[in-house]
Amino acid sequence: MSQVHSNSKAYAHIRNNPKFRELVSKRESFAYTLSALIMVIYYGFVLLVAYGKSFLGQPLVQGSLMTVGFPIGVGVIVSSVLLTGIYVRRANTEFDELNRQIIEESR
Amino acid sequence: MKTMKSLLAAALAGGQMFLAQAAMAAGTVEAAEKQATNMHAIIMFIIFVGVTLVITYWAAKRTKTAKDFYAAGGGITGLQNGLAIAGDYMSAASFLGISSAVYASGYDGLIFSVGWLVGWPVILFLLAERLRNLGKYTFADVATFRLAQGPVRTLAATAALTVVIFYLIGQMVGAGQLIKLLFGLDFMYAVMIVGALMIVYVTFGGMVATTWVQIIKACLLLGGATFMALGVMAHFGFSFEAMFTKAVEVHPKHLAIMSPGTMVSDPIDAISLGMTLMFGTAGLPHILMRFFTVPDAKAARSSVFYATGFIGYFYILTFIIGFGAITMVLTDPQYLDAVKGGINLRGGNNMAAPLLAHAIGGDLFFGFISAVAFATILAVVSGLTLAGASAISHDLYASVIAHGRASESTEVMVSKMASIALGIIAVALGIVFEKLNVAFIVALTFSVAASGPFPVLVMSMFWRGLTTRGAVIGGIIGLVSSVGMVVLSKAVWVQSFHFPHEVFPWAYPTLFSMPLSFVGCWLFSILDNSPRAAAERALFDEQEIRSETGLGSEGAASH
Repeated sequence: MSQVHSNSKAYAHIRNNPKFRELVSKRESFAYTLSALIMVIYYGFVLLVAYGKSFLGQPLVQGSLMTVGFPIGVGVIVSSVLLTGIYVRRANTEFDELNRQIIEESR
Repeated sequence: MKTMKSLLAAALAGGQMFLAQAAMAAGTVEAAEKQATNMHAIIMFIIFVGVTLVITYWAAKRTKTAKDFYAAGGGITGLQNGLAIAGDYMSAASFLGISSAVYASGYDGLIFSVGWLVGWPVILFLLAERLRNLGKYTFADVATFRLAQGPVRTLAATAALTVVIFYLIGQMVGAGQLIKLLFGLDFMYAVMIVGALMIVYVTFGGMVATTWVQIIKACLLLGGATFMALGVMAHFGFSFEAMFTKAVEVHPKHLAIMSPGTMVSDPIDAISLGMTLMFGTAGLPHILMRFFTVPDAKAARSSVFYATGFIGYFYILTFIIGFGAITMVLTDPQYLDAVKGGINLRGGNNMAAPLLAHAIGGDLFFGFISAVAFATILAVVSGLTLAGASAISHDLYASVIAHGRASESTEVMVSKMASIALGIIAVALGIVFEKLNVAFIVALTFSVAASGPFPVLVMSMFWRGLTTRGAVIGGIIGLVSSVGMVVLSKAVWVQSFHFPHEVFPWAYPTLFSMPLSFVGCWLFSILDNSPRAAAERALFDEQEIRSETGLGSEGAASH
């Protein structure tokens, strides 16, 4: 707690900096959107497994053994990796730059 | 109605069995028979142990401060931490269990792989950066940033220890069974070797040694699994269609292995299982602890990206390995259990991956994969032990008992003693539970993690209104309800206690216990009008600034 108070001047400055609100709202809305997306993808997949067995079990192309379910299942895995990549990319550039400015201006 | 019920029961039993298979390292349900001593595996395992002991010696010389011991001095890079997280998370259970589940039923095995991965994006979006900015050594640091130290740390440590001990029991029993199978060692010796080595890594090398054990193990596992999957694909001229054709032809379920089967039939259980896997991951203390080993929020987020990539890649490999086992192991009588018949494998049903290794690379590669499986368990239990020891020393001892007045060196000493005690407890419980059906353990561990630590952590980070009273009552509700519902479910109430009917009809409590915990945190916070609650809410502004910008957070060690 002592650490918090020793920084109290910088904290007060940041609290009044509109860029801080901008950072928080941008990052939170981005994170919430992506979280909602992964949940829709995953629970959609789970419900498909529970209710859409025949859909997942149909051949991907006429006469193939590979069923629709394989690319969909692998797709959930790949989309998990992609979504984390998308978040990291935007955070590393846009959010970190905004954050740097906020800290700079609080000094 | 009656058919509905029996269908449900069948689906549940199926799900239970699968979880047991996918989660436990070895076929703990069926007593594993002891195999002939496997010299290749033993030699390679001794090499692994030798290398890790050298690293532990090197790490011990660098481990001087509490920050070194708990958080490797905060000097682990994003890529290293990503590999270590993957090492913590890719247990022998996922390697042997998922490939065996695919071997037994094809497509259904993929459902677990997917569930075990999707927790990672959630951890990144909601927790990783904030954990790094607010915490120091344990996730309780985050929850107590503005809440009362005593009660909240006690709760967090209780939750962490519950998860760690149950997880350790599962790993130890699985380890003993697996080693008996793969190495031909006695169960008791196997468990004692695992216990002794993990105590050495953790007490001497702390987080530095534990991290490097994870990294080496992750590389070995990823390398071994890649080689195996390549072996399978080369066998079929890199054609999935050729592999599937053979698999459908030789598997007794034929075309049914290409689509989802009966594993997930009840939507409530399906959703609850999904929530258990997704949010349970985000509440595991040994995973959360890894975010304190990196220097800043940027490294925390990149480590999740790397970890998700490695783990996702690994789960795709296990899937190819499972199909490879159908085509290359099931077709060779030398690998099958002649007595049990059918698709039963020699040595038990978790042997699909090791036997496939034998089919691809003979005794030498079988030995390598066996040694990797052993190393995997060792790495996972070391991470768990360190997390449990930190909860005891950093949360219970330093903050609750000594009220923050303990010196750093005493705290580390307590942590080392706690590691030794946890190691001995884990060995003893592993031996006690050898014959017990521990299938419910994974459901229990992940459910407790999703229902206790996770809601308290999320609420403390995101909701200004959370107070100590709300966090403690909500956390207790989550812990008690998740443990209670698992006890009242079929796996424990009927199969362990032998009551005629289960009280809680589903296998996984998370769909109910996690929202209960969130509601408890919310309700008892808004009812809290104490002056302390007002002060805690007022501190949210400062918490938010540190959480979002990293200003004032724990930096990397200077040496």
